[in-house]
Amino acid sequence: MAYLELNNIYKTYGQGDNATEVLSNINLSIEEGEFVAIVGFTGSGKTTLVNLINGLLEPTKGTVLFKGAPVSGTSHERGVIFQNYSLLPWLTVGQNIFMAVKETFPKKSKKELNDIVADYVDMVSLTPAINKRPKELSGGMRQRVAVARALAMKPEMIIMDEPLGALDALTRGNLQDEILNIWGKDKRTALLITNDVDEGIYMADRIIPLRPGPNATLGPEFKIDIERPRDKTEMNDNVNFKETRNAIIEYLMDIGNERKSQAKEAFVLPDLSPKDFVNQF
Amino acid sequence: MKQSITLGKVTKFMGLGFFSTLKDLFTGKLEKEDFKSFLRKAVVPLVSILLFIGLWHMGAKTLYNIEADFKIEKAFNDQGPEAAEALRACIASGASSCQPNTLPSPSQVWDSYKSLLRDHNIISADKAAFIEKTAALNEKRIAEGKDAITYTGRPSFVDQIFRSLKTVFAGFLLALLIAVPLGVFIGLSPTLKSAFNWFIQIFKPVSPVVWYLLVFMIVKTLLIDSNEDSSFTISFISVGLCSMWATLVNTAMGVSSVDKDFINVAKVLKLGAFQKIFKVVLPSSLPLIFTGLKITLSVAWMVLIAIELLAQSPGLGLFVWEEFQNGANDSNAKIIVAMFVIGIIGFLLDRLMLTIQNAVSFDKSDAI
Ligand SMILES: Nc1ncnc2c1ncn2[C@@H]1O[C@H](COP(=O)(O)OP(=O)(O)OP(=O)(O)O)[C@@H](O)[C@H]1O
Ligand SMILES: [Mg+2]
Repeated sequence: MAYLELNNIYKTYGQGDNATEVLSNINLSIEEGEFVAIVGFTGSGKTTLVNLINGLLEPTKGTVLFKGAPVSGTSHERGVIFQNYSLLPWLTVGQNIFMAVKETFPKKSKKELNDIVADYVDMVSLTPAINKRPKELSGGMRQRVAVARALAMKPEMIIMDEPLGALDALTRGNLQDEILNIWGKDKRTALLITNDVDEGIYMADRIIPLRPGPNATLGPEFKIDIERPRDKTEMNDNVNFKETRNAIIEYLMDIGNERKSQAKEAFVLPDLSPKDFVNQF
Repeated sequence: MKQSITLGKVTKFMGLGFFSTLKDLFTGKLEKEDFKSFLRKAVVPLVSILLFIGLWHMGAKTLYNIEADFKIEKAFNDQGPEAAEALRACIASGASSCQPNTLPSPSQVWDSYKSLLRDHNIISADKAAFIEKTAALNEKRIAEGKDAITYTGRPSFVDQIFRSLKTVFAGFLLALLIAVPLGVFIGLSPTLKSAFNWFIQIFKPVSPVVWYLLVFMIVKTLLIDSNEDSSFTISFISVGLCSMWATLVNTAMGVSSVDKDFINVAKVLKLGAFQKIFKVVLPSSLPLIFTGLKITLSVAWMVLIAIELLAQSPGLGLFVWEEFQNGANDSNAKIIVAMFVIGIIGFLLDRLMLTIQNAVSFDKSDAI
């Protein structure tokens, strides 16, 4: 029995004539302590998939099992970093995180909770901004608050929906390391949604592409057999890294082209350019 | 320096930005282009006020002449040329007994305003003297377990203003206490929403007069044993019921349209129902709730006058009505004074609400 299991998941939005099947026949299993990355085109249904796992959505068909039990509703065991930050605008950075840790650790004293908040705010280097409200922060700063909020809850499984998209390369690298650090320390399980193949290879044990929707399904998985801790500069020369990366990019280009030829006028293609995949570092 | 910044911010916050422009003018900080905005914000309103007073003056004068000519002609027809001549002399002399009764001129209104203030000073002095005189006696009476003697003289114009404010705040509070919780429930539950929808749609457009009559029917019976004056109770309840609808509708709308992302956060954090309402739903609907409350307060103030008049509850409404009935020489001018007072207080109440609204709205932060 895997830690997290998705069996023949289908998800349809809307009803009757307006129904669109976003996800079709998704099968995925993640072992405890694993770090899995899912890469996919925009609009393919990545957020939908994440919400099915964290319990915000229910599948139209199929079952999601977490530690052997069907998922019904959200749980503190599964922490979420939302794609759109989802900070409460009327609370400060500190208050946003405090609210989360207070709910997760109701028995801790106010002082202990405040210490946790301070630690995680420091981790994402936002201590000077702890009393600011989200609208006073840049997009990247907001994203870091969202990361801190999710990690401060110390969830068993961390679900991340493109958590680092709005960050510059340097901050992005730092946070990748922080996330890996936290993941490795207590042997947690992690699911990362990303559109950056290099990020996936650097962080994950496995990368699984989500094919473009509608009716998106998961593609073949790519195992990343690179020793941890990984080093970005060394990795660039690693033969294994180069091969895996090329294989994934080729696969993605292929399904991109396939879709282009399949649906000439049916829908507009997402703006997929190789710039995301090449020369990231 | 620091203080002037805060002052500027505060005035801008309250939508009285032209004050700071005015201040800049005197401190010599005004730039060239600021001068244009100063012209627009301070000089233009001033000119239009003067223009308004001028037009009013001329209009009042015309009406006065029409009325005077009519009176003289009537005297001529009814009583002959001597009577007409005597009346003409009387009107020209300005004697109050024969003045034409029409729209008062600005200066008459200003005089009435001053006389109302004088009247207020006299009454306050009278009241203070009365309280002083009865202080010792009242102490004794209270010690003996009897009621204290209270001043029962005629209320002054200023007293009436405070009575009106009291009624409107009581009504506003009632509206707030009913409409906000009810709005939250309706917004949260689609079932309650369909249960209450017809109710809201039907009662929202009902006129203040009808509300007053309805409240009167009910309160009169409920307080049948009490011999206290129920006019205040009736009028504040009517004001509250008339004015609560905007808050009810806005609260329900705000609560039912909370951003999906915030709801998702509440779910992921697993907030309890209570926490979810107080930490997520209410803060996020606060801007809309305050929009509703602002409308409620201005509606409350507007209907108050009519309701006080109907309920014979002391206040500006009753003041206007009594002056109208009174038909004294300066009654019309007093009514106009009341009109301006009502308008200015309404404006100030609106500003007050706007200030609070800006302070609680998270996405309107640029106001400060
Ligand atoms: N609540 C909804 N109702 C109807 N359709 C929806 C809803 N949410 C998402 N969709 C549709 O489902 C598809 C997948 O959306 P989703 O947000 O999961 O994509 P995504 O892969 O996360 O995209 P992105 O990379 O841009 O975040 C889209 O076509 C979207 O229009
Ligand atoms: Mg998404």
